[in-house]
Amino acid sequence: MITAILFKTILVAIIFLVSLGIAAYSTYAERKVAAFMQDRVGPDRAGPFGLLQPIADGVKMFTKEEIIPNASDRILFILGPCVFMLTALMMSAVVPWGKSFDIGGVEFTMQVADINIGILYIMAIASIGVYGIMIGGWASNNKYSLLGAIRASSQMISYELAMGMSIVAIILMTGSLSLREIVDGQMHGKWNVFYQPLGFIIFLVCAFAEANRAPFDLAECETELIGGYHTEFSSMKLGLYLFAEYVSMFISSAVISCLYFGGYHFPGIDSLDLPQNLAAIISVAVLFAKTLFFIFFFMWIRWTVPRFRYDQLMKLGWQIFIPLSIINILATGAWMTFVK
Amino acid sequence: MQLTNRSKVVVKKEMTWAEKMYLPAILGGMAITFKHMFKKAATVKYPEQTREVAPVYRGVHVLKRDEQGRENCTACGLCAVACPAEAITMEAAERKKGEEHLYREEKYAAKYEINMLRCIFCGLCEEACPKDAIYLTDRIIDSKYTRSGFIYGKDKLVEGTAPEERVDITKRKKKYEFS
Ligand code: SF4
Ligand code: SF4
Repeated sequence: MITAILFKTILVAIIFLVSLGIAAYSTYAERKVAAFMQDRVGPDRAGPFGLLQPIADGVKMFTKEEIIPNASDRILFILGPCVFMLTALMMSAVVPWGKSFDIGGVEFTMQVADINIGILYIMAIASIGVYGIMIGGWASNNKYSLLGAIRASSQMISYELAMGMSIVAIILMTGSLSLREIVDGQMHGKWNVFYQPLGFIIFLVCAFAEANRAPFDLAECETELIGGYHTEFSSMKLGLYLFAEYVSMFISSAVISCLYFGGYHFPGIDSLDLPQNLAAIISVAVLFAKTLFFIFFFMWIRWTVPRFRYDQLMKLGWQIFIPLSIINILATGAWMTFVK
Repeated sequence: MQLTNRSKVVVKKEMTWAEKMYLPAILGGMAITFKHMFKKAATVKYPEQTREVAPVYRGVHVLKRDEQGRENCTACGLCAVACPAEAITMEAAERKKGEEHLYREEKYAAKYEINMLRCIFCGLCEEACPKDAIYLTDRIIDSKYTRSGFIYGKDKLVEGTAPEERVDITKRKKKYEFS
């Protein structure tokens, strides 16, 4: 029991640090990818290839002057970024990071909490995430912030529906709400993306919208709303907002890989019959490779597709994705009943 | 007038069903951005690399000396009169005995200042100068924290006496040979 608690604590600490580390380097990667796609060099002054850039950015954020507007609601103003960061990190709790290790005859699963409603948990936390934006935008007492916050909330609520329904199709196929079971159902290359291409596209687009990233970054579009909901934020509170966005990008990449791309499974490696610990390490590496690819994919899309207009965004969500995802559920249900 | 043949006629027509899916267009766009990842960056990494400038580039001025290292400028003020931006101010002084090796003419500029924030680098000062004293060069102004730092005095404008400190203006001079 003690060892189990100890292991979970260590695992939580590791996941926390890794999430932050990956988020930090995502900011660097984002700028590099943007630069490469625009035939530029990108940050290259801080350390070799600019690798120390995230640290420099962090130091900058910490040492900036902290400004809390007079007209703002102080408590909510501070709470906003905290909630946003917290929810971003909380999502990592149910992600199955790899197969289980075997240390001294005791099994250690690479998952903080294998709750049997993992997917519901993720959906729930993802919807709490909007509170961080909403509170921050409201507490700033600034019309641009408020507009950004309203946009963000309505966007997230609209896309949550389609997202949830595209997941329902997966649940129909797997018959389980536990993320680990969904991942294990995709062994031997039976990735869900091959069975649920439509669901995958819907989920992916909704994940972009949920993460408030381009082409759905209407909540903070500089050209219209200055900085959107974080206009009034400065110093590390702004840093938390920006950082949490990258954390949630990392976690949602991991979730996408788990739901549609076989998580820690890779065709061929499962059947190799490796010793358990080695297999566990490889499985973690496989999941990370997939996750990193999706982080890159997020950036790739960001620097390719221009921002949507707000009415287009709502139209896409309500008039296209929701009907499509309902059709997807019906088709999956019919297939599961009559063909299988 | 048609300048290039890359222009595309824009028609506002109803999109076909396939176009309305957007996905092919997005994938096409992604292919383009991905291709650009492997293109050579157009960046000039400035302090280490500098971009080549045109021979007639008009940058920071230099106040020339003659072959014996004497300052050419005689503080006639023609450059200041010619300057459309009123960037030049100077104070004249008379050459004393024993200063013949410093100044070519009997009168010289004791103070000579160009405000680089006012200057528009038109080059009229060098055209006005009868004494071959002022020239624009291919150097550029450093950035400064204060406005006062952009007022360049004689310490920054006059070239050094040592051969390696001389500023080469032959390219700039050529311009006047033709005109
Ligand atoms: S370059 Fe033109 S603006 Fe500048 S000091 Fe000479 S005359 Fe004045
Ligand atoms: S630089 Fe030339 S024009 Fe200007 S004061 Fe000196 S001699 Fe006269």
